[in-house]
Amino acid sequence: MSEHEYTPKSKAGKWFNDRLPLLTLGAHLTDYPTPKNLNYWWTFGGILTFCLITQIVTGIVLAMHYVAHADLAFASVEHIMRDVNYGWLIRYIHSNGASMFFLAVYIHIFRSLFYGSYKSPREVIWIIGLMIYLLMMAAAFMGYVLPWGQMSFWGATVITNLFSAIPLVGDSITTWLWGAYSVDNPTLNRFFSLHYLIPFLILGLVVLHIWALHIPGNNNPVGIDIKKPSKDTVPFHPYITIKDAFALLVFMIIFAGFVFFTPNVLGHSDNYIPANPLVTPAHIVPEWYLLPFYAILRSVPDKLGGVILMFSAIFILFVLPWLDTSKVRSAVFRPIYRQFFWILVIDVLMLGYVGAMPAEGVYLVLARVGTIYYFLHFIVVMPVVGYLEKTDPIPMSISEPVLSGGAEPSIARKVNDKV
Amino acid sequence: MIKSNIKLFVLSFLLIITLRPLQSAEMVDPIKVDWSFKGLIGTFDRASLQRGFQVYKEVCASCHSMQYLSYRNLGEPGGPEFTDQEVKAIASSFEIEDGPDAQGEMFTRPGRPSDKFKNPYPNVQAATAANGGAYPPDMSVLVKARKGGANYIYSVLVGYEDPPPGVTLDDGVYYNKYMAGNKIKMPNNLMDGLVEYADGTESTVDQMAKDVTTFLAWAAEPELEERHKTGVKVIIYLVLLTILVYLSMKKIWSRVDSEV
Repeated sequence: MSEHEYTPKSKAGKWFNDRLPLLTLGAHLTDYPTPKNLNYWWTFGGILTFCLITQIVTGIVLAMHYVAHADLAFASVEHIMRDVNYGWLIRYIHSNGASMFFLAVYIHIFRSLFYGSYKSPREVIWIIGLMIYLLMMAAAFMGYVLPWGQMSFWGATVITNLFSAIPLVGDSITTWLWGAYSVDNPTLNRFFSLHYLIPFLILGLVVLHIWALHIPGNNNPVGIDIKKPSKDTVPFHPYITIKDAFALLVFMIIFAGFVFFTPNVLGHSDNYIPANPLVTPAHIVPEWYLLPFYAILRSVPDKLGGVILMFSAIFILFVLPWLDTSKVRSAVFRPIYRQFFWILVIDVLMLGYVGAMPAEGVYLVLARVGTIYYFLHFIVVMPVVGYLEKTDPIPMSISEPVLSGGAEPSIARKVNDKV
Repeated sequence: MIKSNIKLFVLSFLLIITLRPLQSAEMVDPIKVDWSFKGLIGTFDRASLQRGFQVYKEVCASCHSMQYLSYRNLGEPGGPEFTDQEVKAIASSFEIEDGPDAQGEMFTRPGRPSDKFKNPYPNVQAATAANGGAYPPDMSVLVKARKGGANYIYSVLVGYEDPPPGVTLDDGVYYNKYMAGNKIKMPNNLMDGLVEYADGTESTVDQMAKDVTTFLAWAAEPELEERHKTGVKVIIYLVLLTILVYLSMKKIWSRVDSEV
């Protein structure tokens, strides 16, 4: 928040700004005091905004050429790839863009977990972020159905069938979702409609996410409250904009590497076989970014139990700010939690790996161990470690990393407020 | 203790990854061929594409459709690059059904470059019935639709063998080393000297398999050469821009006492 009111210099600017203070908003965004010690893990917010815009722009162009009909969808995608000017480029950016979007969002989420960005006073930012993540998964899943290949069809069949596990009304709900008695043309049509809608809902939530962020301001690697503006902060522009631009460009090089040199490596070859309700693929696997949840789903022998556990794996994150009892935000000063954080990262990677494997033998055992650990981490480790852990001394401010005597952040905060 | 736990996790994780190939030993890994279109700046071998088209036309096309390609594609840059006359001649060698005319009748006419490749069968059911219950898949994107891609297609084409002792095959089923389950309904159609190459290349089974696979790889990814060329330019541009932005960033941040 800027300390003083902004007044436009020109008369016209003042006239407009009195009626709609867009210029005040612009000035706020430019001046927004940002901790100067943010590391590169903090650049993924900007990268994610870029990903969303890229998906929307390429998606709008693709929708001009795509036909959402069970008999024509596959052929229309080939039409885009072969006959539309740079259609191959637009489609490969869109399909790889989804993967890059998830890569960035996972880094963003784990950054938040490491530095305690979900903790007070940023709980609402965290919850809006999780809602965005949920919508992203829905959009990505429906988007994967649109080319109407074998994995599209069978992925849609597996995921929509999950709802049939709901007692009593499950089958009715599934039929209602399909608009038919199996995944069919009506399903494809509504998925296309929703796939076009969801990104704009995400865009709205992104605005709220940033708004909510601008109330308390950014967390930072040290995790302490800072006075804003002060010598601990820099104005968002040009300092953060140029740094975000640099990180975004590095990200774009990796993105371009996928698009131009190995555009199909993240997809499944079966999706270049047109959908066939009579032939089931040997292994039905979702896209890589949903694999950890797929592993959790399949680790339970009971269908309903699996569905409940899978959704719990996401919804438990919503109460994370209240499960974490530690008074210290950043894992930099939490020697015990820091170890558990890395175990969680490995656990999620392992779940992703076994999610791609057949649910049998050693993979099933690993999926179960991984699932149990995942929940233990949030339900047991976070509250207990928060109470018992002796945290390292916390600096009083970013500029003067003088160590305060104890591990009591509120003291540091009080001292800091006086600076 | 926790650190050793992490090590244990990582070790077991690596162990599973390395054990993975041992578990799925049913299928033989496809032969690795050093294709000219592999790698970051790979391009298609023009002569091989033209020969491959000949093999496709004379052998594969009697059963396999290629419905997403048009005859004009054969003359486009990055493909076999037949001349305009050659493309017209190829297209007009096919009788294409058109219509209805003013009387409401369907009629046939010689093909035009803008026509899609003619299907050998009127529909999937006819194709399935004519091939012993196994539909010969459309070959437009076949290379992208198979794990292993071009290597796999080539391997299947040269992978026919007599079945090992103890394996009995039904009528119309053939043994193939590289096919999933080792059973394939497509007979071994390639034999030495089957086609007479216009450029005088000796038409061995291996040569024909390589040529037709190259052709199929192009058919699946006709944009490959343009994609590779554009990609190199894009990456160079992005790297230069990244360097400029990095230097700007360093300069801007030199005003504050903070690392960036």
